[in-house]
Amino acid sequence: MTTDEIPAIVERHLDDQGGLISILEEVQAKFGYLPADALTIVAETTKRPLVDIYGVATFYRAFSLTPRGEHLVSVCVGTACHVRGAPRVAAEFERQLDVKPGETTPDRKFTLETVNCLGACALGPVVVVDGHYFSHVNASKVREIIEKTREGLDKIEIKTDRRIFPVEVSCSRCNHSLMDPEHPIDGFPSVKITQSFGQQHGWLRLSSLYGSYNIEEEYKTPYDTVLHLFCPHCHTELIGGSDCPECGAQMVPLILRGGGTVQICPRRGCKGHILDVG
Amino acid sequence: MINLKINGLPVMVEEGTTLLEAAKFLGFPIPTLCYMEGLSPYGACRLCVVEIGEGSKAKLVTSCTYLAEEGLQVRTASSRVVRARKMILELHLASCPQSKTIQDLAAAHDVRQQRFRQEYEDCILCGLCVRMCEEQMMAKAIGFRNRGQNRSIGTPFDIKSEQCRLCGGCIYVCPACQLRCTYNEPDKAICGACANLSPPCVEKEEFDDMMCYMDPCVACEITGKKNSEK
Ligand code: SF4
Ligand code: SF4
Ligand code: SF4
Ligand code: FES
Ligand code: FES
Repeated sequence: MTTDEIPAIVERHLDDQGGLISILEEVQAKFGYLPADALTIVAETTKRPLVDIYGVATFYRAFSLTPRGEHLVSVCVGTACHVRGAPRVAAEFERQLDVKPGETTPDRKFTLETVNCLGACALGPVVVVDGHYFSHVNASKVREIIEKTREGLDKIEIKTDRRIFPVEVSCSRCNHSLMDPEHPIDGFPSVKITQSFGQQHGWLRLSSLYGSYNIEEEYKTPYDTVLHLFCPHCHTELIGGSDCPECGAQMVPLILRGGGTVQICPRRGCKGHILDVG
Repeated sequence: MINLKINGLPVMVEEGTTLLEAAKFLGFPIPTLCYMEGLSPYGACRLCVVEIGEGSKAKLVTSCTYLAEEGLQVRTASSRVVRARKMILELHLASCPQSKTIQDLAAAHDVRQQRFRQEYEDCILCGLCVRMCEEQMMAKAIGFRNRGQNRSIGTPFDIKSEQCRLCGGCIYVCPACQLRCTYNEPDKAICGACANLSPPCVEKEEFDDMMCYMDPCVACEITGKKNSEK
């Protein structure tokens, strides 16, 4: 990604109201932060004063003007997590990583931030590391989380890992369950949907464990393609989610049993997802 | 036209007139800090509060931003207004005691104490400089950055802005900069000449701890010095 792509991003958002935030979000998703050059180009292409763009970029905590670490640790200090001891968890992360919230460790490994409510209050205190949710965290678990992150969060044993929990989802159109107990992945019923890419249509099965990215598919699809996903029951295309926080593709919303939605990114290989326990 | 009463006196004003303008028209003084003719009202300093409404519905509003309404009853110097005004000045004194403008206002309103934790801010975030730069100089070189406790005024990335016209307008209107420039003995002013762009402060080697809010400052830019090096 170079700054050359920025005008195209700007172009895409020019006519929606409040487009600036979406533009900055997308630029940040591409670079991992908002480089100074990028802001200058955004100002030039949107024909807005740089000082306004800089003002917005420094106002929202979601934006960072400095490069972030390899791993982003977000400690929820929202009300529900707060009363369950989130401040102690945050303090422990600060102590062990030796940075303040908003800062990055000198080795660029970790960025620590505190956030206000991740929408998973019942699981609080919640800590999210690179999109992986850790529930019921207390100060004594902090070391373990940091170590796991260093080892690589995607490699971890699923069975012994409490941060991973199974979800049950259904089609956002016909509400038919998408769970397929006949074909388990990671030991739990998989989520079965139809995928289409070019001329190929076939099934795609996803692990129902939130935090696991294991999938199986009938046809191999190339990495980085944005797939079209359909409900195998009503055959409507599953679309209409928000933009993926990682790559900007339009996400696929699924209904969570028990209330809420989960959105997954249809880009092969992208780990973007949004959990919204309504 | 809109009819309202200010301190019991009826007055007729055009639609869109603020209470401050209406009161000025009748000659009732209302102190202001972040208001300046020719700049859009901003309502940041709260000094221009007046009381509107009757009985239990009476409330304080900032006259510089509140538009005249038909039949409105306005009091510009009720005891509630006077109390609020003094408190606001006390708060301003707590944050920026070195501002000559604030000191003068406090003296004029008989504020004799300051009961809050003393701070020495370089800026009260009144936004005059930002509006000056945008609305009169059409430059938009400086603006607000960050938020909450970390809110500050300056150029993007704290580097010399290509939009800045070096007009000095921002420094000229700043109520917090004045004393920093003139120190506490106006006749021995360190500078006060920001507006003509040759402030003596830059001739002085030592600037002590009198931090200047303009980073980069017009004068400092000309001499190639950075504030932090002063
Ligand atoms: S000196 Fe520069 S920053 Fe200040 S008002 Fe003029 S143009 Fe704006
Ligand atoms: S720098 Fe001066 S004019 Fe600008 S906001 Fe601060 S106090 Fe007001
Ligand atoms: S540095 Fe600039 S604003 Fe500060 S006292 Fe000198 S001329 Fe005035
Ligand atoms: S308060 Fe932490 S998830 Fe809601
Ligand atoms: S003059 Fe009205 S709020 Fe400052």
